[in-house]
Amino acid sequence: MALKSSPVVFGLLARLSRRSFSTSKALASKPVTVRDALNQAIDEEMEKDERVFVMGEEVAQYDGAYKVTRGLWKKYGDKRVIDTPITEIGFAGIAVGAAFGGLRPICEFMTFNFSMQAIDHIINSAAKTYYMSGGQIPVPIVFRGPNGAASGVGAQHSQCFGAWYSHCPGLKVVMPFSSEDHKGLMKASIRVNDPVVFLEDEILYGIPFPMSDEALSPDFVLPIGKAKVEREGKHITVVCAGRATDTALQAANELAGNGIECEVINLRSLRPLDFDAIARSVAKTHHLVTVEQGWPQSGIGAEICARVMESSTFFELDAPAWRVTGADVPMPYASSLEVLALPRPKDVTAAVAAVLGNKISEAASQ
Amino acid sequence: MSKLIPSAAKFFNGNTIAKAAAPAVTTSTAKYSTKSEAKFEVKPYKLHKLTKGPATSATLTAEDALKIYAQLAILRRIETASGNLYKEKIIRGFCHLYSGQEAVAVGMRQAMRDVDAVITAYRCHGWTYLMGVSVLGVLSELTGRRTGCSRGKGGSMHLYGRNFYGGNGIVGAQVPLGAGVAFAQKYRADGGVTFALYGDGAANQGQLFEAYNMAKLWDLPCVFVCENNGYGMGTSVDRSSASTEYYSRGDYVPGIWVDGMDVLATREATRFAIDYCSSGKGPLLMEMETYRYSGHSMSDPGTSYRTRDEVQEVRQTRDPITSFKEKILSNELATPDQLKEIDAKVRTEVDEATKQAKTEPEVGPEELCGDIYYTNLEHEIRGIYPAAPLRHVEVTARSYK
Repeated sequence: MALKSSPVVFGLLARLSRRSFSTSKALASKPVTVRDALNQAIDEEMEKDERVFVMGEEVAQYDGAYKVTRGLWKKYGDKRVIDTPITEIGFAGIAVGAAFGGLRPICEFMTFNFSMQAIDHIINSAAKTYYMSGGQIPVPIVFRGPNGAASGVGAQHSQCFGAWYSHCPGLKVVMPFSSEDHKGLMKASIRVNDPVVFLEDEILYGIPFPMSDEALSPDFVLPIGKAKVEREGKHITVVCAGRATDTALQAANELAGNGIECEVINLRSLRPLDFDAIARSVAKTHHLVTVEQGWPQSGIGAEICARVMESSTFFELDAPAWRVTGADVPMPYASSLEVLALPRPKDVTAAVAAVLGNKISEAASQ
Repeated sequence: MSKLIPSAAKFFNGNTIAKAAAPAVTTSTAKYSTKSEAKFEVKPYKLHKLTKGPATSATLTAEDALKIYAQLAILRRIETASGNLYKEKIIRGFCHLYSGQEAVAVGMRQAMRDVDAVITAYRCHGWTYLMGVSVLGVLSELTGRRTGCSRGKGGSMHLYGRNFYGGNGIVGAQVPLGAGVAFAQKYRADGGVTFALYGDGAANQGQLFEAYNMAKLWDLPCVFVCENNGYGMGTSVDRSSASTEYYSRGDYVPGIWVDGMDVLATREATRFAIDYCSSGKGPLLMEMETYRYSGHSMSDPGTSYRTRDEVQEVRQTRDPITSFKEKILSNELATPDQLKEIDAKVRTEVDEATKQAKTEPEVGPEELCGDIYYTNLEHEIRGIYPAAPLRHVEVTARSYK
């Protein structure tokens, strides 16, 4: 079989120009945590538009269960920052109804695990109403909160809903990684007249990322549905989103030491999915690995692989594409088991090595 | 010209004609009737955590009598037409008829102001008409045609209009949504009240109690209206509900039981509810006791869980249209000729709309992807297989500000 890519010789091409986190172009950048970036975005949009309000459990007086809404209640008061009882289906329904009625709610789920209680209002009330009403009733609402596995919180509190929500037409689904992503995409999500599911990550909240002056400005907005090339490379495309981007970047750093240059694509949005960005990259690298924390079956990686199969990108591949995902098990509590359930950088490097080394059949049969 | 049916007097139990208020000269809009208004007593309300309820004596003008009669008649006629269209297999899928319950919607609508909003469940054809959608808009949505109020893309359970948020096919989901619309009204301080309607079946849904709680906590101007027609699908209230006193099931939310077969009772109760909720006292619950003549939906003959005699008896003794007709005739607010004229007009209007609802085309295939998103960001919409991609189109003008 004639390969489209030049074969990689492992270990021989160690690069000197290893990079760490690729976040912002600007040199004069300032570290800002994801939590603060979100807070800034919500604050700026609330200031700009009187119709924007925040509703959820502990968002006001407690300052947010994860402190994302810190200070907003003090600044905007009871009218616009509203603590709800612990009744997800009720307050999600009320938030959607408020959007029907002309407001622009930000509905916080303390974690997305609890959004399952309210999923009917996200899917049936928010996502479908604009279509069902023949375009009469827009539903501008943001459902946001931490998604996916945190640490040591067990099966019911460690689930990724990326695949679940991105399955549904009518929704936009965002899964940001860096502070810049969170700020720019949150502002875009609040401004768009469609329902958005905004999937954050508890572990990322406290991570500082450099933010440029441009990203810190109140005018900074990122487009929903556009991926970002976090790291350029020519040997293999690694597609990821949210916290999995960190895993992929760490793996890419390590692989760079062995002369393998990964092109890391941070999807930023799961719906719309920027497949063009993936296709462009695969046309260059001819190899593909996807990385996500969610379960494998019917997951984001599965969707990407299907789209590759169905398009001319298939012919660009020199080897089968592989998915790196959360293991197909409910999340265990014990830390030694938990660590085996989520993708680590070494899982990504192993997958990359197998795909690049045409060792798929050997590795898969082990 | 105006002849009172001599036997009409026997139907008017306990109603008193407001003799003093009946001037000899009639108004121009009521030129065929002899009285310009009359007073009626309604069945006593039952109150929950209220010291004062709605007025038990209702004044009805001749002008309103004719309007109400016309609305009752057209709602009944729309459902008859819907039932026939369903049997002709022109209406597909689900179809839930409102016949028997008309006095609830018509009476409420009479009391509502322009600023008030409504959300209901899937038994929504009549409400859609009352909220300003034409008969054609309703019927051709049911037949799935382009003139339908949702362009034929919603179907019988998904009708919408100005200040009318559906039409909802998920039992109980409309109730927190309605509380949310009320939340927006309070937030904007526009003085409006939202009516969130649900059946005795939905009354047991957990999300209702969540909505009651938040509506009360935040004093939302929301009226929760339980239309108790006796059966949630085929399960009678006694078999579904540990307490069938639906007006009291909001606990801390004050409630009123209303005779839902009497359009004047529902109107007076709604007036009271609007006063109550728009004065900042928070939500209110109204139970409207009513009855549905048809089965739950068209696939249900409605006879396995109740007897034909029961349905017959309600039709004969409590029908909201017959009883109202008798009331206004015996009180000389309208003449048989006037009502016949209305009946004829209603028949023509609904017949014409029915005919058009059958002959209008459906929207074109390009509208399969019409208005999925207000702002579409998808490159293309995936079709059934990769070689058949679709394109999103903006059909309805984007007017959100």
